[in-house]
Amino acid sequence: MSETQDRPALMTRPIPAPAVSVETKPFWDAAAEGRFLIKRCVACGKAHWYPRAYCPFCDGGETVWEESPGEGVIYTYSVMHRSPSGPYAIGYVTLDEGPAVLTNFVGVAPDGLAIGMRVKVQFQPTEGGPPVPVFAPV
Amino acid sequence: MSIKGKAYIMGAYEHPLRDAPDTSTPQLHMECALGALADAGLSKDDVDGYFCAGDAPGFGGLSMIDYMGLKNVRHMDSTETGGSSYIVHVGHAAQAIAAGKCQVALITLAGRPRHGGARPGGSMRGPAAAPGALSDGPPEAGFENIYGGSTHNTYGMCAMRHMYEHGTTSEQLAWIKVAASHHAQWNEHAFLKDVVTVEQVVNSRMISDPLHLLDCCVVTDGGGALIVTSPEIARTLKRPKVKIIGAGEAPKSPLGGQGLDLTYSGAVWSGPRAFAEAGVKPADIKYASIYDSFTITVLMQIEDLGFCEKGQGGRFVSDGGLISGVGKLPFNTDGGGLCNNHPTNRGGITKVIEAVRQLRGEAHPKVQVKNCDLAIAHGTGGSLGTRHASATVVLEREA
Repeated sequence: MSETQDRPALMTRPIPAPAVSVETKPFWDAAAEGRFLIKRCVACGKAHWYPRAYCPFCDGGETVWEESPGEGVIYTYSVMHRSPSGPYAIGYVTLDEGPAVLTNFVGVAPDGLAIGMRVKVQFQPTEGGPPVPVFAPV
Repeated sequence: MSIKGKAYIMGAYEHPLRDAPDTSTPQLHMECALGALADAGLSKDDVDGYFCAGDAPGFGGLSMIDYMGLKNVRHMDSTETGGSSYIVHVGHAAQAIAAGKCQVALITLAGRPRHGGARPGGSMRGPAAAPGALSDGPPEAGFENIYGGSTHNTYGMCAMRHMYEHGTTSEQLAWIKVAASHHAQWNEHAFLKDVVTVEQVVNSRMISDPLHLLDCCVVTDGGGALIVTSPEIARTLKRPKVKIIGAGEAPKSPLGGQGLDLTYSGAVWSGPRAFAEAGVKPADIKYASIYDSFTITVLMQIEDLGFCEKGQGGRFVSDGGLISGVGKLPFNTDGGGLCNNHPTNRGGITKVIEAVRQLRGEAHPKVQVKNCDLAIAHGTGGSLGTRHASATVVLEREA
Protein backbone atom coordinates (compact mmCIF):
# COMPACT_ATOMS: atom_id res chain seq x y z
CA MET A 1 0.00 0.00 0.00
CA SER A 2 2.65 2.49 1.04
CA GLU A 3 4.51 1.76 -2.16
CA THR A 4 1.60 2.86 -4.33
CA GLN A 5 1.11 6.00 -2.24
CA ASP A 6 4.72 7.02 -2.83
CA ARG A 7 4.53 6.58 -6.57
CA PRO A 8 3.16 9.34 -8.80
CA ALA A 9 -0.40 8.81 -9.91
CA LEU A 10 -0.98 7.21 -13.28
CA MET A 11 -2.14 9.71 -15.86
CA THR A 12 -5.72 9.86 -16.98
CA ARG A 13 -7.71 12.63 -18.59
CA PRO A 14 -11.43 13.03 -19.27
CA ILE A 15 -11.92 13.01 -23.05
CA PRO A 16 -14.87 14.71 -24.74
CA ALA A 17 -17.04 12.92 -27.28
CA PRO A 18 -15.36 12.90 -30.70
CA ALA A 19 -16.90 14.46 -33.81
CA VAL A 20 -18.28 11.60 -35.93
CA SER A 21 -18.95 12.17 -39.63
CA VAL A 22 -20.55 10.01 -42.31
CA GLU A 23 -17.01 9.38 -43.51
CA THR A 24 -15.69 8.14 -40.16
CA LYS A 25 -18.76 6.50 -38.58
CA PRO A 26 -17.52 2.92 -39.25
CA PHE A 27 -14.40 3.69 -37.21
CA TRP A 28 -16.44 4.81 -34.22
CA ASP A 29 -18.93 1.93 -34.55
CA ALA A 30 -15.98 -0.46 -34.36
CA ALA A 31 -14.48 1.48 -31.45
CA ALA A 32 -17.71 0.89 -29.55
CA GLU A 33 -16.99 -2.84 -29.99
CA GLY A 34 -13.37 -2.41 -28.87
CA ARG A 35 -11.94 -2.81 -32.37
CA PHE A 36 -9.32 -0.39 -33.76
CA LEU A 37 -9.63 0.26 -37.47
CA ILE A 38 -7.28 1.98 -39.89
CA LYS A 39 -7.71 2.73 -43.56
CA ARG A 40 -5.62 1.34 -46.40
CA CYS A 41 -5.57 2.29 -50.08
CA VAL A 42 -6.61 -0.47 -52.49
CA ALA A 43 -4.55 1.18 -55.27
CA CYS A 44 -1.17 1.88 -53.65
CA GLY A 45 -1.48 -0.38 -50.59
CA LYS A 46 -0.39 2.23 -48.06
CA ALA A 47 -2.13 2.72 -44.71
CA HIS A 48 -2.85 6.24 -43.52
CA TRP A 49 -4.17 8.12 -40.49
CA TYR A 50 -6.59 9.86 -39.72
CA PRO A 51 -9.02 7.78 -41.81
CA ARG A 52 -10.14 9.21 -45.15
CA ALA A 53 -12.42 8.03 -47.96
CA TYR A 54 -9.65 8.61 -50.51
CA CYS A 55 -5.93 7.91 -50.20
CA PRO A 56 -3.85 11.00 -49.39
CA PHE A 57 -0.74 9.44 -50.95
CA CYS A 58 -1.80 8.51 -54.45
CA ASP A 59 -4.24 10.07 -56.90
CA GLY A 60 -7.35 9.49 -54.89
CA GLY A 61 -7.35 5.71 -54.63
CA GLU A 62 -10.31 4.28 -52.74
CA THR A 63 -9.63 3.06 -49.25
CA VAL A 64 -10.88 0.17 -47.16
CA TRP A 65 -11.12 -0.37 -43.42
CA GLU A 66 -8.94 -2.97 -41.79
CA GLU A 67 -8.64 -4.04 -38.18
CA SER A 68 -5.31 -3.21 -36.56
CA PRO A 69 -3.81 -4.60 -33.36
CA GLY A 70 -3.14 -0.94 -32.53
CA GLU A 71 0.48 -1.46 -31.57
CA GLY A 72 3.46 0.74 -32.17
CA VAL A 73 6.12 2.93 -30.61
CA ILE A 74 6.03 6.43 -29.15
CA TYR A 75 7.36 8.89 -31.76
CA THR A 76 7.17 11.84 -29.38
CA TYR A 77 5.12 13.12 -26.44
CA SER A 78 4.70 16.03 -24.09
CA VAL A 79 3.26 15.97 -20.57
CA MET A 80 0.97 18.95 -20.08
CA HIS A 81 1.20 20.21 -16.52
CA ARG A 82 -1.15 23.17 -16.88
CA SER A 83 -4.35 21.16 -16.55
CA PRO A 84 -7.19 21.24 -14.02
CA SER A 85 -7.57 17.45 -14.20
CA GLY A 86 -3.89 16.80 -13.49
CA PRO A 87 -0.97 16.18 -15.86
CA TYR A 88 -1.75 14.40 -19.11
CA ALA A 89 0.37 13.21 -22.00
CA ILE A 90 -0.27 13.96 -25.65
CA GLY A 91 1.90 12.49 -28.37
CA TYR A 92 2.22 10.49 -31.55
CA VAL A 93 2.41 6.72 -31.86
CA THR A 94 3.99 5.28 -34.99
CA LEU A 95 1.79 2.27 -35.67
CA ASP A 96 3.46 -0.94 -36.86
CA GLU A 97 1.49 -0.38 -40.12
CA GLY A 98 3.34 2.93 -40.62
CA PRO A 99 1.08 5.91 -39.91
CA ALA A 100 1.55 8.21 -36.93
CA VAL A 101 -1.47 8.64 -34.66
CA LEU A 102 -2.06 11.60 -32.34
CA THR A 103 -3.29 10.38 -28.96
CA ASN A 104 -3.15 10.53 -25.18
CA PHE A 105 -0.93 8.16 -23.23
CA VAL A 106 -2.60 6.66 -20.16
CA GLY A 107 -1.88 4.17 -17.41
CA VAL A 108 1.62 5.53 -16.91
CA ALA A 109 3.17 8.07 -14.52
CA PRO A 110 4.08 11.51 -15.93
CA ASP A 111 7.78 10.63 -15.80
CA GLY A 112 7.27 7.11 -17.13
CA LEU A 113 7.20 7.82 -20.87
CA ALA A 114 10.04 7.61 -23.37
CA ILE A 115 10.41 7.97 -27.12
CA GLY A 116 10.63 4.51 -28.63
CA MET A 117 8.53 2.86 -25.90
CA ARG A 118 6.12 0.20 -27.18
CA VAL A 119 2.47 0.99 -26.62
CA LYS A 120 -0.88 -0.56 -27.45
CA VAL A 121 -4.30 0.90 -28.05
CA GLN A 122 -7.13 0.77 -25.56
CA PHE A 123 -10.47 2.53 -25.61
CA GLN A 124 -11.53 5.17 -23.14
CA PRO A 125 -15.21 5.99 -22.62
CA THR A 126 -16.43 9.51 -23.39
CA GLU A 127 -19.44 11.47 -22.20
CA GLY A 128 -22.26 10.95 -24.70
CA GLY A 129 -20.10 9.63 -27.52
CA PRO A 130 -18.23 6.54 -28.64
CA PRO A 131 -15.07 5.46 -26.79
CA VAL A 132 -11.84 6.89 -28.19
CA PRO A 133 -8.45 5.28 -28.77
CA VAL A 134 -5.71 6.03 -26.24
CA PHE A 135 -2.43 4.19 -25.82
CA ALA A 136 -0.69 2.60 -22.85
CA PRO A 137 2.73 0.99 -22.46
CA VAL A 138 2.69 -2.75 -23.06
CA MET B 1 2.04 43.96 -65.39
CA SER B 2 -1.41 42.61 -66.11
CA ILE B 3 -2.87 39.12 -65.83
CA LYS B 4 -4.13 39.38 -69.40
CA GLY B 5 -3.22 36.19 -71.21
CA LYS B 6 -1.05 34.91 -68.37
CA ALA B 7 -3.26 32.06 -67.18
CA TYR B 8 -5.80 29.51 -68.50
CA ILE B 9 -8.67 27.50 -66.99
CA MET B 10 -7.86 23.96 -68.10
CA GLY B 11 -10.00 21.80 -65.80
CA ALA B 12 -13.58 22.13 -64.54
CA TYR B 13 -15.88 19.73 -62.71
CA GLU B 14 -19.34 20.07 -61.18
CA HIS B 15 -20.22 17.40 -58.62
CA PRO B 16 -23.23 15.35 -59.80
CA LEU B 17 -24.86 15.10 -56.34
CA ARG B 18 -27.56 17.51 -55.23
CA ASP B 19 -28.28 15.62 -52.03
CA ALA B 20 -25.32 14.05 -50.21
CA PRO B 21 -26.45 12.18 -47.11
CA ASP B 22 -23.52 9.77 -47.20
CA THR B 23 -20.61 11.95 -48.30
CA SER B 24 -18.73 14.29 -45.96
CA THR B 25 -17.88 17.84 -46.97
CA PRO B 26 -14.12 17.10 -47.12
CA GLN B 27 -14.93 14.11 -49.31
CA LEU B 28 -16.99 16.32 -51.65
CA HIS B 29 -14.04 18.74 -51.91
CA MET B 30 -11.78 15.80 -52.76
CA GLU B 31 -14.17 14.39 -55.36
CA CYS B 32 -14.45 17.82 -56.98
CA ALA B 33 -10.67 18.21 -56.98
CA LEU B 34 -10.17 14.76 -58.53
CA GLY B 35 -12.85 15.50 -61.12
CA ALA B 36 -11.26 18.78 -62.18
CA LEU B 37 -7.78 17.25 -62.25
CA ALA B 38 -9.01 14.34 -64.37
CA ASP B 39 -10.74 16.78 -66.71
CA ALA B 40 -7.48 18.68 -67.13
CA GLY B 41 -5.41 15.51 -67.44
CA LEU B 42 -3.31 16.43 -64.41
CA SER B 43 -2.54 14.64 -61.15
CA LYS B 44 -2.65 15.75 -57.53
CA ASP B 45 1.12 16.13 -57.40
CA ASP B 46 0.95 18.74 -60.17
CA VAL B 47 -1.02 21.08 -57.90
CA ASP B 48 1.19 23.78 -56.42
CA GLY B 49 -1.48 26.38 -55.64
CA TYR B 50 -4.59 25.80 -53.51
CA PHE B 51 -7.54 28.17 -53.20
CA CYS B 52 -10.57 27.73 -50.96
CA ALA B 53 -13.06 29.84 -49.03
CA GLY B 54 -14.99 29.47 -45.80
CA ASP B 55 -16.87 26.35 -46.93
CA ALA B 56 -13.64 24.33 -46.69
CA PRO B 57 -13.64 22.77 -43.22
CA GLY B 58 -10.73 23.59 -40.97
CA PHE B 59 -8.17 26.31 -40.87
CA GLY B 60 -7.45 28.45 -43.92
CA GLY B 61 -6.99 25.62 -46.38
CA LEU B 62 -4.49 23.75 -44.20
CA SER B 63 -6.97 21.04 -43.20
CA MET B 64 -7.97 20.42 -46.82
CA ILE B 65 -4.37 20.38 -48.07
CA ASP B 66 -3.64 17.76 -45.41
CA TYR B 67 -6.83 15.78 -46.08
CA MET B 68 -6.35 15.67 -49.84
CA GLY B 69 -2.64 14.98 -49.58
CA LEU B 70 -1.46 17.97 -51.63
CA LYS B 71 2.25 17.78 -50.94
CA ASN B 72 3.61 20.32 -53.45
CA VAL B 73 1.62 23.44 -52.56
CA ARG B 74 3.68 26.62 -52.59
CA HIS B 75 0.88 29.16 -52.87
CA MET B 76 -2.29 29.35 -50.75
CA ASP B 77 -5.26 31.70 -50.70
CA SER B 78 -8.37 31.43 -48.54
CA THR B 79 -9.94 34.78 -49.36
CA GLU B 80 -13.55 34.65 -48.17
CA THR B 81 -16.13 36.86 -49.86
CA GLY B 82 -19.13 34.53 -49.70
CA GLY B 83 -20.48 33.19 -52.98
CA SER B 84 -18.17 35.31 -55.11
CA SER B 85 -15.06 33.85 -53.44
CA TYR B 86 -14.32 31.43 -56.28
CA ILE B 87 -14.41 34.14 -58.92
CA VAL B 88 -12.08 36.21 -56.75
CA HIS B 89 -9.91 33.08 -56.59
CA VAL B 90 -9.71 32.82 -60.37
CA GLY B 91 -8.36 36.35 -60.48
CA HIS B 92 -5.97 35.71 -57.61
CA ALA B 93 -4.81 32.46 -59.20
CA ALA B 94 -4.03 34.31 -62.43
CA GLN B 95 -2.03 36.88 -60.43
CA ALA B 96 -0.11 34.14 -58.64
CA ILE B 97 0.62 32.34 -61.90
CA ALA B 98 1.65 35.58 -63.65
CA ALA B 99 4.02 36.27 -60.75
CA GLY B 100 5.53 32.79 -60.92
CA LYS B 101 4.17 31.79 -57.49
CA CYS B 102 2.45 28.68 -58.82
CA GLN B 103 1.70 26.93 -62.11
CA VAL B 104 -1.29 24.70 -61.35
CA ALA B 105 -3.92 26.23 -59.08
CA LEU B 106 -6.75 24.14 -57.64
CA ILE B 107 -9.93 25.94 -56.52
CA THR B 108 -12.55 23.89 -54.65
CA LEU B 109 -16.01 24.51 -53.21
CA ALA B 110 -18.26 21.98 -51.45
CA GLY B 111 -20.83 21.72 -48.70
CA ARG B 112 -23.93 19.90 -47.41
CA PRO B 113 -26.52 22.40 -46.20
CA ARG B 114 -29.27 19.74 -46.62
CA HIS B 115 -27.52 17.63 -43.99
CA GLY B 116 -26.55 20.17 -41.37
CA GLY B 117 -23.12 20.72 -42.83
CA ALA B 118 -20.94 23.22 -41.05
CA ARG B 119 -21.65 26.81 -42.04
CA PRO B 120 -18.82 28.52 -43.93
CA GLY B 121 -16.55 30.54 -41.72
CA GLY B 122 -16.69 28.12 -38.81
CA SER B 123 -13.77 28.05 -36.43
CA MET B 124 -10.92 25.58 -36.47
CA ARG B 125 -11.99 24.15 -33.16
CA GLY B 126 -15.69 24.30 -33.82
CA PRO B 127 -17.93 22.44 -31.44
CA ALA B 128 -18.72 18.82 -32.06
CA ALA B 129 -22.26 18.09 -33.15
CA ALA B 130 -24.89 17.37 -30.52
CA PRO B 131 -24.27 14.03 -28.78
CA GLY B 132 -25.13 11.22 -31.12
CA ALA B 133 -25.48 13.46 -34.20
CA LEU B 134 -23.12 13.29 -37.12
CA SER B 135 -20.69 16.18 -37.50
CA ASP B 136 -19.32 17.70 -40.69
CA GLY B 137 -16.42 19.81 -39.48
CA PRO B 138 -12.68 19.65 -40.08
CA PRO B 139 -11.82 16.11 -41.17
CA GLU B 140 -9.19 15.68 -38.46
CA ALA B 141 -11.43 16.93 -35.66
CA GLY B 142 -12.64 13.64 -34.21
CA PHE B 143 -9.12 12.28 -34.21
CA GLU B 144 -7.21 15.25 -32.82
CA ASN B 145 -9.22 17.87 -30.93
CA ILE B 146 -10.29 15.41 -28.26
CA TYR B 147 -6.76 14.85 -26.94
CA GLY B 148 -6.23 18.19 -25.26
CA GLY B 149 -3.82 19.50 -27.85
CA SER B 150 -2.75 23.11 -27.35
CA THR B 151 0.06 25.18 -28.74
CA HIS B 152 2.09 24.45 -25.61
CA ASN B 153 1.97 20.69 -25.78
CA THR B 154 2.05 20.27 -29.55
CA TYR B 155 5.19 22.45 -29.71
CA GLY B 156 6.42 20.54 -26.65
CA MET B 157 6.18 17.36 -28.75
CA CYS B 158 8.42 18.96 -31.39
CA ALA B 159 10.97 20.03 -28.79
CA MET B 160 10.96 16.56 -27.24
CA ARG B 161 11.69 14.92 -30.59
CA HIS B 162 14.32 17.51 -31.52
CA MET B 163 16.12 16.83 -28.23
CA TYR B 164 15.91 13.08 -28.88
CA GLU B 165 17.32 13.27 -32.40
CA HIS B 166 19.82 16.11 -32.05
CA GLY B 167 20.73 16.33 -28.37
CA THR B 168 19.26 19.81 -28.06
CA THR B 169 19.04 20.90 -24.40
CA SER B 170 16.73 23.07 -22.32
CA GLU B 171 19.69 25.36 -21.63
CA GLN B 172 20.19 25.90 -25.36
CA LEU B 173 16.51 26.71 -25.82
CA ALA B 174 16.74 29.09 -22.86
CA TRP B 175 19.37 31.14 -24.67
CA ILE B 176 16.68 32.18 -27.16
CA LYS B 177 14.57 33.68 -24.38
CA VAL B 178 17.66 35.26 -22.83
CA ALA B 179 18.47 36.98 -26.14
CA ALA B 180 14.89 38.23 -26.52
CA SER B 181 14.96 39.63 -23.00
CA HIS B 182 18.24 41.46 -23.66
CA HIS B 183 16.47 43.20 -26.54
CA ALA B 184 13.18 43.80 -24.71
CA GLN B 185 14.87 45.75 -21.90
CA TRP B 186 15.26 48.67 -24.34
CA ASN B 187 11.65 48.56 -25.60
CA GLU B 188 9.50 50.83 -23.46
CA HIS B 189 6.34 49.07 -24.68
CA ALA B 190 7.57 45.51 -24.09
CA PHE B 191 5.23 43.37 -22.00
CA LEU B 192 8.25 41.84 -20.19
CA LYS B 193 11.26 44.14 -19.82
CA ASP B 194 13.40 42.24 -17.32
CA VAL B 195 16.58 40.58 -18.53
CA VAL B 196 16.49 36.88 -17.64
CA THR B 197 19.21 34.25 -17.32
CA VAL B 198 19.44 30.70 -18.61
CA GLU B 199 18.99 29.51 -15.02
CA GLN B 200 15.80 31.50 -14.61
CA VAL B 201 14.36 30.00 -17.79
CA VAL B 202 15.17 26.37 -17.01
CA ASN B 203 14.02 26.80 -13.39
CA SER B 204 10.71 28.39 -14.33
CA ARG B 205 7.57 26.29 -13.93
CA MET B 206 7.18 23.39 -16.37
CA ILE B 207 4.21 24.02 -18.67
CA SER B 208 4.41 21.08 -21.08
CA ASP B 209 7.56 18.95 -21.24
CA PRO B 210 10.15 20.13 -22.12
CA LEU B 211 8.85 23.70 -22.39
CA HIS B 212 8.97 25.88 -19.27
CA LEU B 213 6.94 29.00 -18.59
CA LEU B 214 9.75 31.20 -19.91
CA ASP B 215 10.01 29.13 -23.10
CA CYS B 216 6.54 30.46 -23.99
CA CYS B 217 5.58 33.74 -25.63
CA VAL B 218 3.50 36.39 -23.92
CA VAL B 219 -0.25 36.74 -24.37
CA THR B 220 -1.06 40.34 -25.29
CA ASP B 221 -3.82 42.49 -26.67
CA GLY B 222 -3.08 45.01 -29.36
CA GLY B 223 -2.28 44.79 -33.04
CA GLY B 224 -0.39 46.27 -35.97
CA ALA B 225 -0.77 47.32 -39.58
CA LEU B 226 1.35 47.67 -42.70
CA ILE B 227 1.13 49.73 -45.89
CA VAL B 228 2.51 48.17 -49.07
CA THR B 229 2.70 50.43 -52.14
CA SER B 230 3.75 50.43 -55.75
CA PRO B 231 7.25 51.75 -56.58
CA GLU B 232 5.62 54.85 -58.07
CA ILE B 233 3.83 55.72 -54.83
CA ALA B 234 6.87 54.81 -52.73
CA ARG B 235 8.94 57.39 -54.60
CA THR B 236 6.51 60.15 -53.64
CA LEU B 237 6.64 59.39 -49.91
CA LYS B 238 9.12 60.71 -47.36
CA ARG B 239 9.84 57.52 -45.42
CA PRO B 240 12.89 55.27 -46.05
CA LYS B 241 12.07 52.68 -48.67
CA VAL B 242 11.89 49.02 -47.64
CA LYS B 243 11.74 46.93 -50.79
CA ILE B 244 10.13 43.49 -50.86
CA ILE B 245 12.51 41.35 -52.88
CA GLY B 246 11.42 37.81 -52.14
CA ALA B 247 8.56 35.86 -50.65
CA GLY B 248 7.92 32.17 -50.09
CA GLU B 249 5.22 30.17 -48.40
CA ALA B 250 4.58 26.50 -47.66
CA PRO B 251 2.14 24.35 -45.74
CA LYS B 252 3.32 21.34 -43.77
CA SER B 253 1.05 18.70 -42.30
CA PRO B 254 1.06 15.01 -41.36
CA LEU B 255 -0.36 14.21 -44.85
CA GLY B 256 -1.63 10.80 -43.81
CA GLY B 257 0.94 10.19 -41.10
CA GLN B 258 3.52 8.11 -43.00
CA GLY B 259 7.04 9.34 -42.28
CA LEU B 260 5.94 11.98 -39.77
CA ASP B 261 8.89 14.23 -38.91
CA LEU B 262 8.31 16.98 -36.34
CA THR B 263 11.91 18.15 -36.24
CA TYR B 264 11.48 20.53 -39.18
CA SER B 265 8.92 23.09 -40.33
CA GLY B 266 7.61 24.40 -43.65
CA ALA B 267 10.47 26.93 -43.51
CA VAL B 268 12.57 24.32 -45.32
CA TRP B 269 10.51 25.23 -48.40
CA SER B 270 9.35 28.82 -47.78
CA GLY B 271 12.86 30.02 -46.95
CA PRO B 272 14.66 28.77 -50.07
CA ARG B 273 11.78 30.07 -52.25
CA ALA B 274 12.10 33.54 -50.75
CA PHE B 275 15.91 33.55 -50.87
CA ALA B 276 15.89 32.35 -54.48
CA GLU B 277 13.49 35.06 -55.60
CA ALA B 278 15.57 37.67 -53.78
CA GLY B 279 18.82 36.28 -55.14
CA VAL B 280 20.43 36.21 -51.70
CA LYS B 281 21.75 33.59 -49.27
CA PRO B 282 21.01 33.18 -45.54
CA ALA B 283 24.58 34.31 -44.82
CA ASP B 284 23.80 37.68 -46.46
CA ILE B 285 21.03 38.48 -43.95
CA LYS B 286 21.91 41.21 -41.41
CA TYR B 287 18.79 40.96 -39.26
CA ALA B 288 16.12 38.25 -38.85
CA SER B 289 12.63 38.50 -37.40
CA ILE B 290 11.87 34.88 -36.52
CA TYR B 291 8.47 33.80 -35.20
CA ASP B 292 8.87 32.99 -31.53
CA SER B 293 5.70 31.48 -30.14
CA PHE B 294 8.09 29.28 -28.16
CA THR B 295 11.84 28.98 -27.96
CA ILE B 296 11.72 25.73 -29.95
CA THR B 297 9.90 27.56 -32.78
CA VAL B 298 12.92 29.83 -33.23
CA LEU B 299 15.44 27.02 -33.03
CA MET B 300 13.74 24.86 -35.66
CA GLN B 301 13.16 27.76 -38.04
CA ILE B 302 16.75 29.00 -37.82
CA GLU B 303 17.88 25.54 -38.90
CA ASP B 304 15.20 25.23 -41.57
CA LEU B 305 15.98 28.64 -43.07
CA GLY B 306 19.60 27.59 -43.50
CA PHE B 307 21.30 29.81 -40.92
CA CYS B 308 22.88 26.61 -39.60
CA GLU B 309 22.78 22.88 -40.26
CA LYS B 310 19.80 20.83 -39.07
CA GLY B 311 20.50 19.79 -35.49
CA GLN B 312 23.05 22.56 -34.88
CA GLY B 313 20.48 25.15 -33.79
CA GLY B 314 21.22 24.61 -30.11
CA ARG B 315 24.87 25.47 -30.56
CA PHE B 316 24.02 28.37 -32.88
CA VAL B 317 21.78 30.15 -30.36
CA SER B 318 23.96 29.49 -27.28
CA ASP B 319 26.17 32.10 -25.65
CA GLY B 320 24.25 35.03 -27.07
CA GLY B 321 24.24 33.88 -30.69
CA LEU B 322 21.02 35.83 -31.32
CA ILE B 323 21.82 38.99 -29.32
CA SER B 324 22.28 42.16 -31.36
CA GLY B 325 25.88 43.34 -31.25
CA VAL B 326 27.02 40.05 -29.74
CA GLY B 327 25.93 37.12 -31.86
CA LYS B 328 26.03 35.96 -35.46
CA LEU B 329 22.35 36.57 -36.16
CA PRO B 330 20.59 39.48 -34.42
CA PHE B 331 16.96 38.43 -34.05
CA ASN B 332 13.72 39.96 -32.75
CA THR B 333 15.31 43.16 -31.51
CA ASP B 334 11.94 44.43 -30.23
CA GLY B 335 11.94 41.57 -27.72
CA GLY B 336 9.79 39.43 -30.00
CA GLY B 337 6.79 37.41 -28.96
CA LEU B 338 8.78 35.93 -26.10
CA CYS B 339 9.04 39.30 -24.30
CA ASN B 340 7.52 42.18 -26.22
CA ASN B 341 4.25 41.40 -27.95
CA HIS B 342 2.20 38.60 -29.50
CA PRO B 343 -1.03 40.45 -30.27
CA THR B 344 -4.11 38.22 -30.27
CA ASN B 345 -1.80 35.18 -30.43
CA ARG B 346 -0.67 36.08 -33.95
CA GLY B 347 2.88 37.32 -34.17
CA GLY B 348 3.43 37.63 -37.91
CA ILE B 349 2.81 41.34 -38.26
CA THR B 350 5.14 42.39 -35.44
CA LYS B 351 7.86 40.37 -37.15
CA VAL B 352 7.53 42.49 -40.28
CA ILE B 353 7.27 45.73 -38.26
CA GLU B 354 10.57 45.21 -36.42
CA ALA B 355 12.32 44.23 -39.67
CA VAL B 356 11.09 47.52 -41.17
CA ARG B 357 12.44 49.44 -38.14
CA GLN B 358 15.83 47.77 -38.56
CA LEU B 359 16.02 48.50 -42.29
CA ARG B 360 15.00 52.12 -41.71
CA GLY B 361 17.66 52.44 -38.99
CA GLU B 362 14.89 53.21 -36.53
CA ALA B 363 15.28 50.34 -34.09
CA HIS B 364 16.36 51.27 -30.56
CA PRO B 365 20.00 52.45 -30.72
CA LYS B 366 21.02 49.73 -28.25
CA VAL B 367 19.80 47.01 -30.64
CA GLN B 368 20.08 48.65 -34.06
CA VAL B 369 22.14 46.48 -36.41
CA LYS B 370 24.88 48.47 -38.13
CA ASN B 371 24.39 49.00 -41.86
CA CYS B 372 21.26 46.88 -41.83
CA ASP B 373 20.38 46.69 -45.50
CA LEU B 374 18.99 43.16 -45.80
CA ALA B 375 16.53 41.42 -43.46
CA ILE B 376 13.97 38.65 -43.34
CA ALA B 377 10.68 38.25 -41.54
CA HIS B 378 9.62 34.66 -41.09
CA GLY B 379 6.59 33.12 -39.43
CA THR B 380 4.69 29.95 -38.74
CA GLY B 381 0.92 29.78 -38.28
CA GLY B 382 -1.07 26.84 -36.99
CA SER B 383 0.97 24.29 -35.05
CA LEU B 384 4.38 22.82 -35.79
CA GLY B 385 3.07 19.68 -34.08
CA THR B 386 0.13 19.14 -36.43
CA ARG B 387 -0.38 21.34 -39.51
CA HIS B 388 0.97 24.78 -40.19
CA ALA B 389 1.91 27.29 -42.87
CA SER B 390 5.34 28.88 -43.02
CA ALA B 391 5.95 32.25 -44.68
CA THR B 392 9.19 34.08 -45.40
CA VAL B 393 9.75 37.56 -46.84
CA VAL B 394 13.12 39.06 -47.76
CA LEU B 395 13.31 42.84 -47.36
CA GLU B 396 15.95 45.25 -48.59
CA ARG B 397 16.69 48.85 -47.72
CA GLU B 398 16.74 50.97 -50.84
CA ALA B 399 19.11 53.92 -50.65
